[in-house]
Amino acid sequence: MAALTINNIHKRYGNAQILQGIDLSITDGEFLILVGPSGCGKSTLLAMIAGLEDISEGDILIGGQRVNDLSPKDRDIAMVFQSYALYPSMTVRQNIEFGLRMKKVPKAERETIVARVAKTLQIEPLLGRRPAQLSGGQRQRVAMGRALARNPAIFLFDEPLSNLDAKLRVEMRAEIKALHHRLKSTIVYVTHDQVEAMTLGDRIAVMKDGLVQQFGTPAEIYERPANMYVAGFIGSPTMNFVDAELARDGLGWSARIAGLPHPVRLALAPDEALAEGRVTLGIRPEHFHAAQADAPGAVQVSVDLTEPTGADTYVAGRLGDQKVTLRCSPKHPIRPGDLAWFGIDSSAISVFDPSTQLRIGSAGHSTSH
Amino acid sequence: MQAKPDASRIAIHAALLAALLFFLLPAYFAVVNSLKPLEEIYAGNVFGLPQHWSLDAWAKAWSRACTGASGCTGLSRYFINSVIVVIPTTLVGALWGCLNGYVLAKWPFHRSNMILFVLMFGSFVPIGLFLFPLTVIFDRLGLSTTLAGLAIVYIIYSLPCALFFRNYFTSFPGELIKAARIDGAGLFRIFWMIVLPTARPILVVVVIMQFTHIWNDFLFALVLAPYDSQTVTVGLNNLINVTEERAEYNVHMAAALIAALPTALVYIFAGKHFVRGLTAGAVKG
Repeated sequence: MAALTINNIHKRYGNAQILQGIDLSITDGEFLILVGPSGCGKSTLLAMIAGLEDISEGDILIGGQRVNDLSPKDRDIAMVFQSYALYPSMTVRQNIEFGLRMKKVPKAERETIVARVAKTLQIEPLLGRRPAQLSGGQRQRVAMGRALARNPAIFLFDEPLSNLDAKLRVEMRAEIKALHHRLKSTIVYVTHDQVEAMTLGDRIAVMKDGLVQQFGTPAEIYERPANMYVAGFIGSPTMNFVDAELARDGLGWSARIAGLPHPVRLALAPDEALAEGRVTLGIRPEHFHAAQADAPGAVQVSVDLTEPTGADTYVAGRLGDQKVTLRCSPKHPIRPGDLAWFGIDSSAISVFDPSTQLRIGSAGHSTSH
Repeated sequence: MQAKPDASRIAIHAALLAALLFFLLPAYFAVVNSLKPLEEIYAGNVFGLPQHWSLDAWAKAWSRACTGASGCTGLSRYFINSVIVVIPTTLVGALWGCLNGYVLAKWPFHRSNMILFVLMFGSFVPIGLFLFPLTVIFDRLGLSTTLAGLAIVYIIYSLPCALFFRNYFTSFPGELIKAARIDGAGLFRIFWMIVLPTARPILVVVVIMQFTHIWNDFLFALVLAPYDSQTVTVGLNNLINVTEERAEYNVHMAAALIAALPTALVYIFAGKHFVRGLTAGAVKG
């Protein structure tokens, strides 16, 4: 178990900048998620932590020790790969104890460790089989077992669930979370799935184009996204972006949306030093709630489409002339063609500068760049 | 409408049958005549089955036929020399090629593509070009008095078989090697414990090809093998060139069959893997 610090990491292939200065740090036992679209550099960063890729610039510290020049085996890490990477010619038992054999752990001790790991992951009946004889979920368990057996300072997961079917993915996600609770191990987990990121992570680094867009807890990232990219990437259905005019009056800041009779009051501090002018409001679908027409601040949405999912009904409609998606209770009777009234949870609105795409307002501003 | 596919089917079978006869006839001719007494052949029974079946020609070819100035002890000692050279060179050459192919495919280093190119280039150069320089080198190094020299040359010239392995290992999952590196295994241990066990199909292919190629080699064997320990192809050549009163065709046929037997056996016993290995990777990647 150890803390991990990543200082100003760069990765270059020739002239191509893959990572352009990454700073992240987590304490012992934290679960760090690296999330982003393909090509954002998250897997490269993981491979650099593992020692599988050279570091062009910057430092990586594991447990306070600089590991830049250590080979993968000396970094005290274990990695679970997307393809599981089980050694095809070895049995499950041999796969799990391979790392221990390389470390010349005595046979009796190896057997104890394999037995313990197999029990933890409930793969005892599989120990004699070869990887080809296992299902996807079983291979996933064995791959995790191989990592567990090494009892490393840091676990690295590279999209471990993306080859599983949807049901199994949810199960294994819960198991990984339970495992982390039990072992209190430091984990770095790469995924492109925002649900995995939100459910598993203690801290999330949202990456794009070789930069960390935001580094924070799941709640910070969800509630106070640092920029429009993060805001749109996390959350499903995605956050609504609504163009508006920022204006200050005696009561504080409000936003005027074209086509609406009343401005929407914003939760920005009245003394916030901002310029009046065009802004983009970020409103999550669940921050609309059904309201009476005469309720203060109520806005009218013309409904184009409803999508009942069971627990919620997604409503696609127009606010003024701008498209929005709302998450409503299925009990609320809404049909396409309706003009319905909604209140907006104004304290939850994010305000962005449309030219820089950055969040406006000091509240919860926590980006590394 | 139904006559059409039948006609093409008949044509295909006829063509196959013709090809079969074409290739089988010499073999039939050799087998049949190796089992006849010499008188029967000279009496005119060349294509027919033997009237008197006899293994005498085989026995003579193996142990008594004359092969020139070196005496009349048949092919046996040539055969044994070939076995002594072929088995270690095939195994060492194939493993060596396997290791090289693995490194070329999975551990790219500075200029590794250049080496790949040189390897390919080398396999297109006719070996006759190297004969004279090699004899000089052999002489200087004192290798011309031992079979080890010939074996070394065979191993060196089996280097291009690394290409087969390289192409095979290109589709070997890189994550497996990364996983093994994290587990603490180095280049050679990964090769031995993880890569090699998956390479059996291509190993069989290369072993068969190397075995056949080295066993059948005549040029290097003729020039580089010591005078008193030559290989079976040279022995066969000598045996046929020595004529006492009249050419002993039955002995020649038996000798040719003896010389061809090991490669035939290798194909028969490993042929199944051969096809499997050649088509491996064809389906995926």
